[in-house]
Amino acid sequence: MLEDLFKTVKDRFNAENAGQEQAKTPEIPKDLLFKCPRCQSVFYMDEFEKRRKTCPTCNYHARLSWRERLEITADKDSFVQFDENMTSLNPIGFPDYEKKIKSLQEKNGINDAIVTGVCTIRGYRAVLGIMDSNFMMASMGSVVGEKIARAFEYATENKLPVILFTASGGARMQEGIISLMQMAKTSGAVKRHSDAGGLYITVLTDPTTGGVTASFASLGDIILAEPKVLVGFAGRRVIQDTIKQKLPDDFQTAEFLLESGFVDAIVDRKSMRKSLSNILRLHNYKKVDAVAWQHG
Amino acid sequence: MSNLSATQRLEIIREKNRPTVNDYIPAIFHHFTEFHGDRHYGDDAAIMAGIATLNSVPVTVIAQVKGRNLDENKKSNFSMPHPEGYRKALRLAYQAEKFHRPVICFVDTPGAFCGVEAEKRGQGEAIAKNIAEFMTLKTPVISVVLGEGGSGGALALAVCDELAMLENALYSVISPRGFASILWKDPSREKEAADLMKITAEDLQRFGVCDKIIAEPVGGAHNDPNLTADNISEYLMDAVARLSALDTDTLLEKRYQKFRKIGVFSEG
Repeated sequence: MLEDLFKTVKDRFNAENAGQEQAKTPEIPKDLLFKCPRCQSVFYMDEFEKRRKTCPTCNYHARLSWRERLEITADKDSFVQFDENMTSLNPIGFPDYEKKIKSLQEKNGINDAIVTGVCTIRGYRAVLGIMDSNFMMASMGSVVGEKIARAFEYATENKLPVILFTASGGARMQEGIISLMQMAKTSGAVKRHSDAGGLYITVLTDPTTGGVTASFASLGDIILAEPKVLVGFAGRRVIQDTIKQKLPDDFQTAEFLLESGFVDAIVDRKSMRKSLSNILRLHNYKKVDAVAWQHG
Repeated sequence: MSNLSATQRLEIIREKNRPTVNDYIPAIFHHFTEFHGDRHYGDDAAIMAGIATLNSVPVTVIAQVKGRNLDENKKSNFSMPHPEGYRKALRLAYQAEKFHRPVICFVDTPGAFCGVEAEKRGQGEAIAKNIAEFMTLKTPVISVVLGEGGSGGALALAVCDELAMLENALYSVISPRGFASILWKDPSREKEAADLMKITAEDLQRFGVCDKIIAEPVGGAHNDPNLTADNISEYLMDAVARLSALDTDTLLEKRYQKFRKIGVFSEG
């Protein structure tokens, strides 16, 4: 069940923010300190930023915006975005959905929870998708589903590998059954790309849950994860309520998934580009000149 | 066809005598032979699967098992499958493909089970794999929603060539209770959620998700289980004949497009 999943993610989010609140005192300016939501250690924001938003104590890899992710992943100026203007409508007439979408678009500078396009990574050309949890917890509605399907279809047609950085609270409730169908649509496109021999690398980032875990995020030929990120199907709280026992701390972390056999490798942010390009090389993809391919 | 709200239909499908697959399978099929297990971990009683004949045509049947009483529900985990249930379903789907049998899935679940073991054994992976593999299964797949079709746990048996729903059945991204809990932090607003979510068979037909609505007797299937079974049977025989007449490439292209075209967006 996807039940309570958003709530769990929101709870965690709120808990993180609450943690930050507590860490502040009136004399300390805002954003000076960061408190790790995993190990609770507090350290200077400068240091956190310098470490590409990872915790110096436990190595938790915090969430990035799509721009931050793009910057540390793709070769400079190599990214060409697909479907930039695609925006959601309101299939079930959910109250104020359009208004909410509009305000998030203005706030985040993106039209929905995923950015897709084509780029090079250390010279290797790949279709790239980055989900951004700042936009409705990167829930999957029509736009996320359509953009992913088109990205895979483009990759199939052009014989390119696909790399997706996943993050999501799951299906987007506000789009009702249409959001559930995006699981089938995206998985279908992944399957066609796979059947055509295409390579698909999933990178699980914080948090990847619900209907995204139960569709394209679990279908990579190779599934990588960032350290200490939350990955699961059902929400932690709903599970806790079901079994009436305290859950182990590492439950639904990348490490838990690795141990259970559902992740190929856990990769640090600082070596992600290298790992990705190495995998691309080992699949016989050839290096291209970043400028040359863009201009034909 | 009766003109009831989602809330009214929710009450009908929760009627304690509402027929389940335990009633329908013997009424619709002959020679049903159950096969157990996923050949990896175990057998999940939340999903019953096997082979049978439908009007003398061999078919594979995969069904989520709602219990008719507490004992049956304990056994079938209130129809909330674990990963091994989905993997059993996929094993039998591959078997059906090999022996050119149409697959008939019955959907009746509040959702996949949420628990530590389910997570540890890869609930997300199991559902994802079913969705992707059913998309290219080289044999006709027909899914029928009998009561409640909830979330990815339902979709794992509903990637199909045709989706039919019993007249009062509901199919949704999450249970109305979960919807109210997530969006309004108030599960008691379940009925309000049900009416807002657009989850009746008629709603889903408008969205292109449901292809066929199967009539129930006045007041609901429990008022005449045999008549309901006859209606399901009649639809299935027709659908199997129609879909079996298509060549595999056409069948799979149509199945892909059925899901590919669902989505509501603008491009600026």
